[in-house]
Amino acid sequence: MTNFLNSFLLVEIVKGMMLTLKYMFFVPRVTINYPYEKGPLSVRFRGEHALRRYPNGEERCIACKLCEAICPAQAITIEAEPREDGSRRTTRYDIDMTKCIYCGLCQEACPVDAIVEGPNFEYATETREELFYNKQKLLDNGDRWEAQIASNLAADALYR
Amino acid sequence: MPKLKINDQDVEVSPGTSILQAAEQIGVEIPRFCYHDKLSVPANCRMCLVELQGAPKPVASCAMAAGDNMVVYTHSDKVKKARNGVMEMLLINHPLDCPICDQGGECDLQDQAVAYGFDRSRYHEHKRAVPDKNLGPLIKTVMTRCINCTRCVRFGEEIAGVETLGQLNRGEDAEIGTFIETAVNTELSGNMVDVCPVGALTSKPYAFKARPWELKKTETIDIHDGLGCNIRVDSRGSEVMRILPRLNESINEEWIDDRTRYAYDGLKKNRLDRPYVRDAKTKVLRESTWEEALSVTASALTSTPPAQMAAFAGDLVDVESALALKDLMASMGCSNVECRVDGAMFDPSVKAGYVMNSTLEGVERADLIILVGVNPRHEAALLNARIRRNWLDRRVKVVLVGASAELTYPYTHAGTAPKDVVKLAQDYAGKAKYPMMIVGAGVFKRPDAMALHALLKDTAEKIGCLSDDWNGFNVLHMAAGRVGALEIGFYPPQPLAIEQMSCVYLLGTDNPETISRISKQAFVIYQGHHGGAGAARADVILPGSAYTEKNAIYMNTEGRPQMARKAVDAPGQAREDWKIIRALSGYRGAPLRYDDLSQIRARLMREYPQFDLMDEVSIGSWDKFGMSGNVLDQSFHVTVEDFYQTNIITQASDTLRECSRVFTRGETPLAEAAE
Repeated sequence: MTNFLNSFLLVEIVKGMMLTLKYMFFVPRVTINYPYEKGPLSVRFRGEHALRRYPNGEERCIACKLCEAICPAQAITIEAEPREDGSRRTTRYDIDMTKCIYCGLCQEACPVDAIVEGPNFEYATETREELFYNKQKLLDNGDRWEAQIASNLAADALYR
Repeated sequence: MPKLKINDQDVEVSPGTSILQAAEQIGVEIPRFCYHDKLSVPANCRMCLVELQGAPKPVASCAMAAGDNMVVYTHSDKVKKARNGVMEMLLINHPLDCPICDQGGECDLQDQAVAYGFDRSRYHEHKRAVPDKNLGPLIKTVMTRCINCTRCVRFGEEIAGVETLGQLNRGEDAEIGTFIETAVNTELSGNMVDVCPVGALTSKPYAFKARPWELKKTETIDIHDGLGCNIRVDSRGSEVMRILPRLNESINEEWIDDRTRYAYDGLKKNRLDRPYVRDAKTKVLRESTWEEALSVTASALTSTPPAQMAAFAGDLVDVESALALKDLMASMGCSNVECRVDGAMFDPSVKAGYVMNSTLEGVERADLIILVGVNPRHEAALLNARIRRNWLDRRVKVVLVGASAELTYPYTHAGTAPKDVVKLAQDYAGKAKYPMMIVGAGVFKRPDAMALHALLKDTAEKIGCLSDDWNGFNVLHMAAGRVGALEIGFYPPQPLAIEQMSCVYLLGTDNPETISRISKQAFVIYQGHHGGAGAARADVILPGSAYTEKNAIYMNTEGRPQMARKAVDAPGQAREDWKIIRALSGYRGAPLRYDDLSQIRARLMREYPQFDLMDEVSIGSWDKFGMSGNVLDQSFHVTVEDFYQTNIITQASDTLRECSRVFTRGETPLAEAAE
């Protein structure tokens, strides 16, 4: 009898619509209007790679090749030779972003905090070739995101 | 025979063995920095401390001889504490720059700090810094990293025979340096980089180029001199990044000379990477295809009568390709083949007459060494190191006939011409039990070569070089390919009249002695890996492979066959040499009967069983060689003018050209001149 009444009076539907109405008018909104609005990101977020510089403009990377060695996807290729002043620098630093699995081990391995995975995740491209990053592209990324990368690293430094 | 216990394990060793060596025999590892198998024992790093029962303090196991009934512990708590302390002390002044250090990844200090050190530093004061030294174009120094183990100093004094490096000052100020700023001028300087346990001395041409873990390691054979040093070629992709020695007690022990070590950049320059054909109209070499080059060559060979054809196998030619070329010529009914392309026309009919019969290890037995027209320091630097060790250990008497040379041991200069050799026979007859006569192959570059060969044989017999268990007659070759080619009979019955040949096949031959004698009208085929005198004269160029690019057999100057292995691919369209000759025989319509390497090796070993005993010296029987005749009264000339520029690979190498400028000609290094 109860079952019959329930189905006859559409109780289930009313309950469902109540929930809908509640979220429509009485609960704060959770969907966001991406790309105009953005959700929160952890300071540890692992996005697009960047090569950082020291405040005086000198590139940090010293071509130790630890990131290349640790990269499980073998996405990093480095070549190096002495620069004119005798310091150890890369002549080539390539990341194949199509190979990269965003594990963050390169960032962990880097002794000078040169290679980092920054907060940027919006770098979709139309062609595959655009995802083969070279040193210039990575340094440009570093220059563009430095402020945020530095603050993220500082915020996370306590827990390392 | 002392019997002792190491970690409760019994071991019996010969008297004089140190505890460290005894432990090594039973597979117990003791860490060390200053101790090196081939060098004297200074016991100054203190890393090898072990606990010896009854001793109040830990003892340095490298310097403590094993005694009867000793009880040694190598991993007790006391030892661990001692090692921890030593490690911590060594790291006080060692910079934490492993990421930019070339030794990183293959550093003794790094490895042992992980294995035996603390995981953090308690030292907060300032570290000391030591100014870097300029040691020439081969060795890069970062002296702050030095832990004063003095291995380089001892290497220089004991093996290389140059006392350039030394330990200066004391205590905190102790450092390794040269007393007066100078480059380390020895042909073995690269080994100082190898013996350095840290990154204080590193290879300058290799600086920052690669990391040890990304290199492919290939164990192969060197071809820059006749010794056939065992080397390890480290490559990345298609590029040779560096060359290191490999342990072989019978040949190079664990050293190699600088020419062997640093010639690799010559492998990337001036290469023949595609076939060339000389244009009939313009008379200029133009790029071509394999099809064209091979068919032009085949038709030239077919159209020439066999008597007017000749084939030459150069200094760096492997046995397989020489054999293939000999077979090709034989298939055309031509026996005009010659491997003595440097014009040293000695008698090749008896093996004992042209190899190093005493072997390199025999140098240690010799009690009299007679050098005839040879500068071992330049022609075989590691033979020179062995003679020096014999002199250090036993003060062996060395006599030199020929141009005087700056050797690393004292010697008696007994003249410069063959007549002085005859006089030697009178002076030293019967004076020594194991006399050793080393003749440089270059002395035979004279018209009376056959008579000289017979004269040297007689002299050797008179001095007493021949006995039941000793053959002290030795010919030292510079060319790595020579003995192998002679062994397969790559020489003509009569000396060739090169001027009359109308078609000449040059297999890696660039020697001016041969090239200059080729007639202007002759059709010249050059097969080789570098552009040089031979390629410049050629009408067809067939690009071959260098020694790092093929699997091949070489026979060294002792008559020891050794296997070279392929490390990288040959550039461009270049191919393995024996394959080119095999393909050429196909274009002629009479293909040789082998299609792969195992078939040509089977062919080789069937006819010449001495190649079947890889890495073994097969002893040749003593027989009559040379021809009696008048020996000219003419001085022996110097075979190697410039140690760093001896073959076509070294000539292409920037590093060795720079060495030649600095060390041989004494000019200022380019890097300094630019400043």
